Amino acid sequence: MSQIKTERFRENTRSALADRQLQAVLGKFADGFPVKRAQAIARLPEFDALRDAARDIKNHVLENLGPYLEQFEAQVIASGGQVHWCRDAEEARQTVLSICKNADARTVTKSKSMIGEEVDINDFLEDNGIEPVETDLGEYIIQLRREPPSHIIAPAIHLSKQQVAETFREKHADRAADRSLESPRVMLDEAREELREQFLGADVGLSGANMLVAETGSIATVSNEGNIELTCGLPRVHIAMASIEKIVPTLEDAATILRVLARSATGQDMSVYTSFITGPRRPDDLDGPEEFHVVLLDNGRTELLASEFRDILRCIRCGACINHCPVYEAIGGHAYGWIYPGPMGAVLTPGLLGMETTQHHPNASTLCGRCESVCPMRIPLPDLLRKWRTRQFGAEITPTASRYGLKVWAYFARHPHLYRLITKTGAIFLFAAGGRKRRFRHLPFAGGWTDARDLPAPQGRSFMAQWRQRPPRRSGGRL
Amino acid sequence: MCCCRAAPLPSRCSNRAMDHAPPVPDTPHVALFVTCLVDLMRPSTGFAAVKLLEDAGCRVSVPDQQTCCGQPAYNAGDRKDARKIARMTIGALEGFDYVVAPSGSCAGMIKVHYPALFADDPPMAKRAEAVASRTWELTAFLVDVMRYKPMGAQFDEQVTYHDSCSGLRELGVKQQPRALLSDVEGMALSEGDSAEICCGFGGLFCVKYPDISVAMVDKKIDDMVSTGATVVLGGDLGCLMNVAGRARRRGVHIDAWHVAEVLAGMANEVEPIGGDSDGNSGGGAD
Ligand code: SF4
Repeated sequence: MSQIKTERFRENTRSALADRQLQAVLGKFADGFPVKRAQAIARLPEFDALRDAARDIKNHVLENLGPYLEQFEAQVIASGGQVHWCRDAEEARQTVLSICKNADARTVTKSKSMIGEEVDINDFLEDNGIEPVETDLGEYIIQLRREPPSHIIAPAIHLSKQQVAETFREKHADRAADRSLESPRVMLDEAREELREQFLGADVGLSGANMLVAETGSIATVSNEGNIELTCGLPRVHIAMASIEKIVPTLEDAATILRVLARSATGQDMSVYTSFITGPRRPDDLDGPEEFHVVLLDNGRTELLASEFRDILRCIRCGACINHCPVYEAIGGHAYGWIYPGPMGAVLTPGLLGMETTQHHPNASTLCGRCESVCPMRIPLPDLLRKWRTRQFGAEITPTASRYGLKVWAYFARHPHLYRLITKTGAIFLFAAGGRKRRFRHLPFAGGWTDARDLPAPQGRSFMAQWRQRPPRRSGGRL
Repeated sequence: MCCCRAAPLPSRCSNRAMDHAPPVPDTPHVALFVTCLVDLMRPSTGFAAVKLLEDAGCRVSVPDQQTCCGQPAYNAGDRKDARKIARMTIGALEGFDYVVAPSGSCAGMIKVHYPALFADDPPMAKRAEAVASRTWELTAFLVDVMRYKPMGAQFDEQVTYHDSCSGLRELGVKQQPRALLSDVEGMALSEGDSAEICCGFGGLFCVKYPDISVAMVDKKIDDMVSTGATVVLGGDLGCLMNVAGRARRRGVHIDAWHVAEVLAGMANEVEPIGGDSDGNSGGGAD
């Protein structure tokens, strides 16, 4: 399902822009999360101070990641659970599979997990005869449609209500074909009924984790549907998948991050459900799993930690940068070709998949900075995108024509007299060619601009040429 | 010269360096950083900037050793060339009371990114910092430093404003152009929801990813039209050329001027960017 199509970014973009259904959904995108976020923040004057605190917590963790991970492991073990350290996706998949096999699992209920998506756990379990059942509504819908998520917190945001109704009619074939599926509420109820039996029958529950709390060995999860609690609490075995940077030192630190998380994500003050889960069921507990496993994934993150991209490891996956990204709003999430879209994805994806197959991601951005301005963790996303471009330039991944073009231009830019000669002639030539309308519809070598835009013609002689002949006035004149 | 100008207004001050800045001299000597786009495409913006600066009481010089701020190289990942261009530009801009650019993007490059470019070269970083701390975007300089109020400018148009991304988010330019425009006679300003959203120009982005860029500018134009405005003003020529160029191709009646041209009372003399819309769908020289 999460087939990697990052190299096809241009083709993906083209089809996304031509997809009317998708464009209609994306057209409404800006009225949703961004507006709610702005309202939530207006209600909390100390929001910016909380952002600083949240950033500082994660920076401290990243400085001391090893010790905190060890503390977390010790606390998980002390509370009766197990921690599995996985270097890469393959190790994580094998670990989950062997836990499932030990539990004789046939069905696994799943709550939303980006790490699950990152290691493509669903396909892998299916290939090994185990049925994964997504229980988050959005994930459930895209699982029925066998599509990858298009957003890290709203995986089915690319679909219209009608498309979801059609999917339900097709996949829930034993229900009355003429039933009404008009409102989202009705569809939610239908999905709940379908899922209820799965919850009761599942052998293993597989969840993600929003945070890992070192002092208690707890995982923290947030959701609005209550499905996570059922996923973690009902089956005999609970596996939580998380990447190593999800650590926070204390419960209080977790609370600080929770205060910025939901506000940044959906504009809620808090998510409807927030759970701290610590270890398996204790002898006196009424419910809970018999086994509790945490699968800790590295998958390239230690390398990022040691690099100039460390800041991206503060990301708490709130999706605010995506919700405010005009490029995402134009092309949607699938165009990025993998599970992490938008600005955070454009920084993280090259780090996880390598630069060669992801060369468009850092470049397909105007560096407008709206992402950084909303990121609760104050991650300098445009700066990190630029750093990937610098790496690409150094590794000669930047297309040869662009590199040489830049070099030639830079040569002139460094030699003002030569530069003036060119601009002087160029301005006059383009001025003369600009005609009465003062603009070009076509211009050789400028198709990137003129295919869809007129190019304004220069006004005439360049500013510098005119300034030289300016009669001396009050001003200092030429130097 | 009004002496109250010497103390900056903290509430309007977008420039942290101002907190400790020396008092504004009576006739500040300003280096105009023309910017490559203004130099080549639209000298009238440069002359409007000069007029405004002079009206505000500055002595303006245009250092010869300037071309482009180097941002195209910097944003393409070519740090080596960006540094060479920055080194030359810093040399050209040293020794003035202020450096002013009629562009948030180029001023942002000098102010925010030049010091970062020389982080590993302390002597050069010091020079970069010194220039950066004196560098201003034009409208911010006029309001925050010079406390300037335009006099006698008239512009009988329904106008909307586009905040360029670098000006807005790197330099905090937002209220200053609006404060200046509020003194222009005859003009009505209506703001759209997307004034702060990128127009899709993004330097080389617009030619590298033209289809995404055009989708972005189309949203922008639709939003501008929905305000009822027939004119868009902004402080960055790149954005304005993008908006005007697309509007002309679509046949949308939106004319674009640089804000400096309106403030200097020159907009009635120079035609809008890309010629005026006069209801035609473009069709200039092929
Ligand atoms: S980069 Fe920032 S805004 Fe984007 S998902 Fe991560 S924490 Fe949220």
